[in-house]
Amino acid sequence: MTALVDVANLRVVFHGDRGQTMHAVETVNFELARGVTLGLVGESGCGKSVTALAIMGLLPKASADVSGYVGFEGTNLLGLTNAAMRDLRGDRLAMIFQEPMTSLNPAFTIGEQIIETLVRHRGMNRAQARARAIELLRDVRIPSPEQRVDEYPHKLSGGMRQRAMVAIALACDPQLLIADEPTTALDVTIQAQVLDLIRSLKRKTNAAIILISHDLGVIAEICDEVAVMYAGEIVEHAPVDALFEVPQHPYTIGLLASIPRLDRRVETLATIEGSLPDMSEVPQGCRFAPRCPFASEICVGSPPPIANIGARHWSRCVKAPLEEVRP
Amino acid sequence: MLSLLGKRLLQLIPTLFFVSVIIFSLQQLLPGDPALIMAGEERDPAVIEQIRQQYHLDRPFPVQYVYWVQGVLSGNLGESMRIHVPVLDLILQKLPVTIQLGSMAIVIALVIGISAGIISAIKKNTFWDYAANAFALWGISTPNFWLGIMLIFLFSVKLGWLPASGYVPLTEDWRASLASTIMPAFVLGNAIAAILMRHTRSAMLQVLESDYVRTARAKGLYERTVIFKHAMRNALTPVITLGAIEFGTLLSGAVLTEQIFTIPGFGKLIIDAVFNRDYAVVQGVVLVTATVYIVLNLLADIAYVLVNPRLRN
Repeated sequence: MTALVDVANLRVVFHGDRGQTMHAVETVNFELARGVTLGLVGESGCGKSVTALAIMGLLPKASADVSGYVGFEGTNLLGLTNAAMRDLRGDRLAMIFQEPMTSLNPAFTIGEQIIETLVRHRGMNRAQARARAIELLRDVRIPSPEQRVDEYPHKLSGGMRQRAMVAIALACDPQLLIADEPTTALDVTIQAQVLDLIRSLKRKTNAAIILISHDLGVIAEICDEVAVMYAGEIVEHAPVDALFEVPQHPYTIGLLASIPRLDRRVETLATIEGSLPDMSEVPQGCRFAPRCPFASEICVGSPPPIANIGARHWSRCVKAPLEEVRP
Repeated sequence: MLSLLGKRLLQLIPTLFFVSVIIFSLQQLLPGDPALIMAGEERDPAVIEQIRQQYHLDRPFPVQYVYWVQGVLSGNLGESMRIHVPVLDLILQKLPVTIQLGSMAIVIALVIGISAGIISAIKKNTFWDYAANAFALWGISTPNFWLGIMLIFLFSVKLGWLPASGYVPLTEDWRASLASTIMPAFVLGNAIAAILMRHTRSAMLQVLESDYVRTARAKGLYERTVIFKHAMRNALTPVITLGAIEFGTLLSGAVLTEQIFTIPGFGKLIIDAVFNRDYAVVQGVVLVTATVYIVLNLLADIAYVLVNPRLRN
């Protein structure tokens, strides 16, 4: 299996206006094959979205230093010129954002916003592009697409807008689709519909998908593999079943314990005490150590090694495998 | 769209009514008796009485108002009490000058202001941004009369390229006309350009941070499409409104600038009228100015709706 996407030692440092720095992403590594959906999980501020934007080349050049390697079909995206990157974006690489209410331009019709992508990348004339836009809207199950194509975003509900965003992203049949919290802003019933849509697209197009979410339920439903991020690094990477059955990083265990479940009655949900470390300085040892119930002296001195647990399953914990310490 | 236009046109009626009442009332509050002024040196009581009757100055205030409005509606703005020329003629004489000057000034302001604003926003914190900001600060803080005098000094006295003063109508010789108005138009436009630049810059900066601009970039659109289509369409709406208001101000006449360049426009007309207590002229000019202002606001609102689909229907 050759990887479509190969991210190695991805690192993003932000420089503030007053000289402060923020290490948003540190040594992120993962591979992704065609047809595979990778879930990127973690709490707010852990670097999920920054990782996605770095892959897309959408971070502001002036304030963000991106280094490492982002391979896509064997090419390092970080080495491409702006122009070459623009040719890929919207064509082979596509992204769906979290906020459907603000991610569409209020001044242009839904159709126009799909059409311009097709004209840009596929060289279609406007009539062809319009016909294709209607097809795309139908594909994402927007009712009466012939009318909707000429409507402005404000006339559409949040769910409809997110479908329109999906239609834009899929306009040129991307090889890699990044969905950054695509369902977070939506009602639960609409969430299920959008997830359904993504799932059926995956079957149809064989694209690789990176799904960013803090909702483990969503991850469990759609993803094949999961990468758990904490404080700018991936702390555990596993096939989805293994992650839920035998989590190998204390942070993953904490995350799983904090999901409310219908089949178990508990008085209070488990929480992970403390908060993310200050990312203006990179901590020396394990970043999770200050919050980790299993932490000992060995954890704080030097960064933890990567422990290979099984097939495509690894954990950044000095104590992994964790069988014996699981609560 | 049409119903909105109709609604806004209907709203003009009460607005204009209140404007006319205010213009007429303020006029009455001014000290000084026009009849006395018109009567001349001798102040013969019989003459004064006759003037009062002729101009209905002896009638109660509301009656005077009704006479005035009747006149206005039939296109009769009265007669200058001083030089005995119909006010409408005076206005029609000066208005084209002011329109020409104002239009040139607003075009200069829009071109300089919007392009400088866009450049400084997309080149934020670079030399170009600082240069544009310095220009804006200069434009806002430079008094018109000083800039006017400096321009005359440079282009008329030193270089001899442009006439120092006077006005040539467009219909007479368009080249000479442009030459006679370009300096005052620049003086007026420069100050407005600075304001427009600041607004364009902040609106662009805000829009460039927006999610839909990120979406546009994620689609791989060319940067020029991102900026001139996706960002500008949204950023320029407040600038349009501001531009219309500034244009309205320009059309009400630029007293100082007209004075410096001896341009016979609205500004000079109204100042002369105020000093001479020429009530009819003041009323006429203010009424026309207010109407122009209101109509421009209406046009700005319509333009606002045209570029902003959320406000349609």
